[in-house]
Amino acid sequence: MAEVEVLRAPLVVEYPFTRTTGPVIGAFFTALREGFIVGIRGSDGRVIVPPFEYDPQTSEPLTEIVEVADEGEIVSWAWSGEPLEGQPLDHPFGWALIKLDGADTGFLHVVDGPKEQLRTGVRVKARWAAEREGSINDIEAFEVIA
Amino acid sequence: MSDVVTAPPLTLPDRLSSIDEPVKSIRTPAAVRYTYSPGQAPSEFLYKVAQKQLTGRKCPQCTKVYIPPRETCPTCGVTTLPDIIDLPDVGTVTSFCVVNVQFYGQAMEVPYVGALILIDGSDIPLMHLLQEVDVETVHMGMRVEAVWVDEGDMGPTLESIKYFRPNGEPDADWNSYKDNV
Repeated sequence: MAEVEVLRAPLVVEYPFTRTTGPVIGAFFTALREGFIVGIRGSDGRVIVPPFEYDPQTSEPLTEIVEVADEGEIVSWAWSGEPLEGQPLDHPFGWALIKLDGADTGFLHVVDGPKEQLRTGVRVKARWAAEREGSINDIEAFEVIA
Repeated sequence: MSDVVTAPPLTLPDRLSSIDEPVKSIRTPAAVRYTYSPGQAPSEFLYKVAQKQLTGRKCPQCTKVYIPPRETCPTCGVTTLPDIIDLPDVGTVTSFCVVNVQFYGQAMEVPYVGALILIDGSDIPLMHLLQEVDVETVHMGMRVEAVWVDEGDMGPTLESIKYFRPNGEPDADWNSYKDNV
């Protein structure tokens, strides 16, 4: 039986979700749109960034939104040498958990710069997008500051 | 009725409380991108579909005719099905569903009918669309024929068949499709 050239075609399984945020997550994204970062105070006084709606220990609703700085230190990081479509940058970058000044938890984002600069404890600052819409990508990336 | 629980009001820093239009939703699209390849037997089938010919493959052991064909028999596991059988584009509705619910991104107007159609000479129904029919009249045993797209739009895809429609024949005998419901 003669063989034919096997067909191939792109197959994309996608869901164009839009999610409502509620007031707490909405406050976080509103702040990003305006160019700053907020977290929320937990039952033990620690500031959680990004904000949780409910306390991780007591499960009570949390209500005190707190502004934090847009710079802080790297707590942990991992290098991403071959970025995938949909990730924040299209050249190699570092994922990092960043403890922003005023926050008590790590905030996940990306650090744009050479791998050699990345180190736990290094200080980084947000590079804001020129046009912001209320998305995590309103921060383009963090950059190492001297 | 129990009390409705609402979230307690937030205390906001001044920079947020002065904003009139807070963010209320975010887009979070999720996508997985594959390159799909159907393999030899289905590729051959699709090339034939592009020439307006439906085909099936017959298992030498259990003699069942599969459409769309695969290299192997799903019933008895035989790994090569060499016999390619030409099939007509006419068949019997063995099962169907009237869709009444519009969903986001859907191209069809509701109501519409998805049907399983047992092509004459085959042993496994093909899923496709039924049109040119009052949805209230669709029933098991209904005889239908394919309506193909224009010559210029034909291609190696089952979308070369626009839809099936009743062909006016009397209902198929129950025995001709009872093993396929």
